[in-house]
Amino acid sequence: MMRLPRFRYFAPTSVKEALRIRAGEGESAAFVAGGTDLYPNMKRRQQTPKTVIGLSRIPSLARLRAGADGLRIGSAVPLSEIENHRKARRLFPALVHAVSEISTPPLRNMGTLGGNVLLDTRCNYYDQNYEWRQAIDFCMKKDGTVCWVAPGSPKCLAVQSADSVPILIALRARAVLASPGGEREIPLEELYANDGIRYLTKRPDELLTEIRIPPPDGWTASYRKLRRRGAFDFPVLAVGAAVRREGDRVAESRILLGAVASAPVRASRAEAVLAGRPLDGASIREASEAAAVVSRPMDNTDFSFLWRKEMTGQWVGMALGDLSRGG
Amino acid sequence: MARRREKLPPDRSKALVAMTVNGERVEAPFEPHKTMLEVLREDLALTGTKHGCELGECGTCAVLLDGKPVLSCLVLGLECEGRSVETVEGMAGPEGLHPLQKAFADLGAAQCGYCTPGFLLTAKALLEENPRPTLPEIRQALAGNLCRCTGYVKIFEAVELAAAWLRGEAAEPRKESLYGYDFDESGLLPSHPGPVGAVLAAAREAAVDEGGDKPRPYRAKAR
Repeated sequence: MMRLPRFRYFAPTSVKEALRIRAGEGESAAFVAGGTDLYPNMKRRQQTPKTVIGLSRIPSLARLRAGADGLRIGSAVPLSEIENHRKARRLFPALVHAVSEISTPPLRNMGTLGGNVLLDTRCNYYDQNYEWRQAIDFCMKKDGTVCWVAPGSPKCLAVQSADSVPILIALRARAVLASPGGEREIPLEELYANDGIRYLTKRPDELLTEIRIPPPDGWTASYRKLRRRGAFDFPVLAVGAAVRREGDRVAESRILLGAVASAPVRASRAEAVLAGRPLDGASIREASEAAAVVSRPMDNTDFSFLWRKEMTGQWVGMALGDLSRGG
Repeated sequence: MARRREKLPPDRSKALVAMTVNGERVEAPFEPHKTMLEVLREDLALTGTKHGCELGECGTCAVLLDGKPVLSCLVLGLECEGRSVETVEGMAGPEGLHPLQKAFADLGAAQCGYCTPGFLLTAKALLEENPRPTLPEIRQALAGNLCRCTGYVKIFEAVELAAAWLRGEAAEPRKESLYGYDFDESGLLPSHPGPVGAVLAAAREAAVDEGGDKPRPYRAKAR
């Protein structure tokens, strides 16, 4: 049996109580919602918190509301609840599609949106059990000093692998972070840093409480994911794309790449290519080529990294193609 | 002779956790860091739930938590406090096997059988929500359960057959039974028979015998 290390467990019933416990327990405490990311990591001794603070008994974090201000999704809302939410399906079908591509049905009954948004970065040299990592000497993300993906690299290259993140950023989502000092709301893209170890700008004493998505207001969106199997697998390339058109021309667009760096990557040049033009074969082809330039996958997930880079243009083209037909 | 216990970690105190297991109200003493899979197999002697990858990648440990399939290897026992857990042992009733079990047996949807409990429970949750699933819906619902023997076709057929039986239709298996005998009459039901209450009474005493603290009742709120 691969057992969890021992820890103290708390099940607070309010955000305030959770923050108070976190303040008391300090850096060695971890928040957990669904546990589908944290517990495997704990079993493999990638993370060994002394205290685990369960969030599943906090009603405010399990709330999912649709209103005039868009969608507000509590960080502990299970992914399957988003899949089945009628208004979410109508307003943000691309988000619901991305969520339904996460892992498997039982894991979506457990895993939460907050957990996916904060998903630990992944790497073939890191997502292994203790003995495996020990056998080749530990990497810098846990217990070691070297990056086995690129031994000359000064920073960890583990990969941002959350399905929900590229599409949420494309949909202009914002994250609400609570701490003992109060609450702050930031654009979701500001939550991430391109460093496999310090991949979040969230302070450890902050708790992600809610994801807010503004109303569509003329934006349409699409999500496309590359992986080996039709279930289970994390994306090894993900594209979240959204456009707002005026007439038949693109007024604004947001194109996000996932799983090609330690943070989500915004393909700004591809967005610039589309500005003021209709979404047709020519503009989509140019935008796809521009997006592929900023895609720099590393050799640390499934499939060859060269092929994943090559596919970036194809996948961006497919996502924009969805929008040219459906929008 | 005293048992060797030098490898035991220092804190062996257990929590006493109230939950419903296969319809039976139980108070189970177990260590707080245990997963529900470990609690079921080691503390409740319900070994029908199998441990596979233990990392959420195979689905064989699936149980129903408040009616929904979850992977028991990634749910803390403590998180099940006050909730209802159903395992494969809870599927067969006094009248015999659950239609899904009978269909799996009749159609040879189980070969080595290790994935079967997870498939049965996941399929049961599907049929309770959707009595008339299409083949794509069955495939989607079972996408989180790996089987390395059958190639899945017999499993999907068995779910279709059981769904028809549960709707009250007199559907026949598409193929002859590969088992050659009738599972209903064989008496071959998985795992231990009776209620888990007796198992727990013994476990409570054993916990104290082994030098652990007397299990303390656990309630889901912060100290």
